[in-house]
Amino acid sequence: MKDTRTLIINSAWCKGCGICAAFCPKEALEVVDDKVRRKEGTDCVLCGMCELRCPDYAIYIDEKDDEEAKNQWVMSY
Amino acid sequence: MVNTADVKPKTRQMSNLIYKYMRPEHLPHIWCPGCGNGIIMRDVAQAIENLGLSRNNTIIVSGIGCSSRAAGYLDFNTIHTTHGRAIAFATGIKLANPTLEVIVIAGDGDISAIGGNHLIHAARRNIGITVIVMNNNIYGMTGGQYSPTTPKGALGTTAPYGNLDRPFDIAGLAYGAGASFAARGSAFHVQQTINIIQEGIRHKGFSLIDVASVCPTYYGRKNKKGSAVDMLKWQRDNMIPAEKAATMDPVDLRGKLVVGILHQTQYKEFTYAYEQLIKRLYEEREANE
Amino acid sequence: MGDVVLMQGNEACVEGALAAGMRLYAGYPITPSTEIAELCALRLPQEGGKFIQMEDEIASIACAIGASVAGVKAMTATSGPGFSLKQENLGYAVLAEIPLVVVDVQRMGPSTGMPTSPSQGDMMMARWGTHGDHPVIALCPSSVKEAFDLTVRAFNLSEKFRTPVLLMMDEIIGHLREGMSVPDPEEIAIIDRPTVKYPDPKRLPYHMKKGQLVPEMAPFGMGQRYNITGLIHDESGFPTNSVEESEKMINRLMHKISDNYNYIKDIVTTNLDDADTAIFCYGGTARAVQSAVEMAREKGYKVGIFRPRTVWPFPENELLKAASKLKRIIVAEHNYGQMVLEVERVVKDNCKIDFVGKWNGSVITPAEILAKIEEA
Repeated sequence: MKDTRTLIINSAWCKGCGICAAFCPKEALEVVDDKVRRKEGTDCVLCGMCELRCPDYAIYIDEKDDEEAKNQWVMSY
Repeated sequence: MVNTADVKPKTRQMSNLIYKYMRPEHLPHIWCPGCGNGIIMRDVAQAIENLGLSRNNTIIVSGIGCSSRAAGYLDFNTIHTTHGRAIAFATGIKLANPTLEVIVIAGDGDISAIGGNHLIHAARRNIGITVIVMNNNIYGMTGGQYSPTTPKGALGTTAPYGNLDRPFDIAGLAYGAGASFAARGSAFHVQQTINIIQEGIRHKGFSLIDVASVCPTYYGRKNKKGSAVDMLKWQRDNMIPAEKAATMDPVDLRGKLVVGILHQTQYKEFTYAYEQLIKRLYEEREANE
Repeated sequence: MGDVVLMQGNEACVEGALAAGMRLYAGYPITPSTEIAELCALRLPQEGGKFIQMEDEIASIACAIGASVAGVKAMTATSGPGFSLKQENLGYAVLAEIPLVVVDVQRMGPSTGMPTSPSQGDMMMARWGTHGDHPVIALCPSSVKEAFDLTVRAFNLSEKFRTPVLLMMDEIIGHLREGMSVPDPEEIAIIDRPTVKYPDPKRLPYHMKKGQLVPEMAPFGMGQRYNITGLIHDESGFPTNSVEESEKMINRLMHKISDNYNYIKDIVTTNLDDADTAIFCYGGTARAVQSAVEMAREKGYKVGIFRPRTVWPFPENELLKAASKLKRIIVAEHNYGQMVLEVERVVKDNCKIDFVGKWNGSVITPAEILAKIEEA
């Protein structure tokens, strides 16, 4: 079964502390200009470690087919 | 009943958990970048979700300080009280209506300095409330003064030459005062902490979970502990599970972070005992009439 | 009317509270108010209510506020030193608009003072003790019956206006025993706080509909989720730093009491019609004043009594009106001069103001008041 989930970043709430990037097992995140983003050429396995430790609830895993979430995905990239 | 979702913002920019248990209109919160309190507040929401508690029946009580702002963000019946008095307010709420699930969220200064008396007596009384301490070893809201959990020798704005006091072990203090459940979690150990909070809420009686937070802004900077990431790495690298710690020499535990349920016993919960008293008096009166 | 029983002032306070619907008491032992706690411990569980002896005075008022938030009428009682300790949370209850009755059985101070000696030295603390600008309602009983009646009224006012109400007793009334007929329950009018009937997530917890005195209150657990805070807040119950909102909030708190002054006021006057001199007194002092006035009348002095039972808010207009027909007001109180300052502020030069006080732990005697009357 195909995984319908995806990683979502809400840049507006991100304070750039870097906790998610530091503890990402795949090193798939980076902080640039005080905001977190996906690091190019890396794999996100949707383990959700970033979501658990984000103090600001700015990064999380959600269903891909959620229309609003999809828009958010585009916006925050 | 009207669905609460009606009044929450239509555009979702958060996980289901945050959307369900917090007040998005008040987010992002006021805590500094990298503050451990945000992680711990999410742990509380997750524990409540896992337990399936009713939001309408769950009360969040807080005092004053950084940690105590949590009450404003969580979507329950919330009361932000006076400095140190959260447990005393919570006692009144629980005693007035024992069917409510009462959770206190407090900081280390709030609960063990100005509110220390209420902590030990609620523990002794074994009243069925759960206290979650966001322990960041410093007074953050007022700008970095040493607290009862600041380690000896550490710096604070009121300890410019190093703290002369010895720190409290809040979980140990609660247990010593008679708490039937005392545990420790940490901002780094999310899964364990969620489980411990769940156990604490489920426990019938007074429960206290001392959660090691991180304050990179004041405690970290003053004491050269590095960034929030460095402080969380310290928690990761120095954690010892409670089960293992129980078999170790206390000397080897110095400077370590023991995580887990430290003590758990069972004895009669206060409000239950009081309801039994009311019932007994009623039955005696009926028998005499 | 029920049977006449011999009762102590402190006991009458408890019976009044029970009649008014108090179902939780949180307290800490302190002379001369301890009997209130003892009797609550005995009586409350009989009535299905709860008593708790807290670890200190601060915890006691905090616990009582918590119970009120959960929808239960609550009370705490104390005396001078404990009343000092309760001040911070008293302000909390004012700002967050939590109904609550706080009893202060006044004893001599300052500090530990003379714990078993009468005093009325907390009158200004009752008005100004908690920090910040705030309204206050304080009642003073002068007999055991009034201790009962005014406790009922204290609950009713606190529920109606969603504010803490102070019952300023003194050691004289607290420990006085006299015959009192306990009213039947149906004779006692009970007021309950305006309460939210059903939960509505769109409802703002501090919003008032037109014609309402105070916002409706939702007991915790009834399904209406909202926030209570001691920070200045707007109608949503969340903190605000807005200049407009904070002014609006303080104004509303002040006006809910001052606009309803006529409802709250309670003044007993005796023999004022033909009097040229009035004794201003309240609480336990009134008993000596009564005797002194009777003695003075026999000697031909035209003396009356002006006795507020609601001491805060202060009966400004009523006193000024009375003063306009008087030559002299004698203020009698068991302190170094507290309410006399209010009398002077209000009466100004409209008539002469004299003072009879006591601050040594003994009581003012009728003879001392009579001597002052005769001084003229």
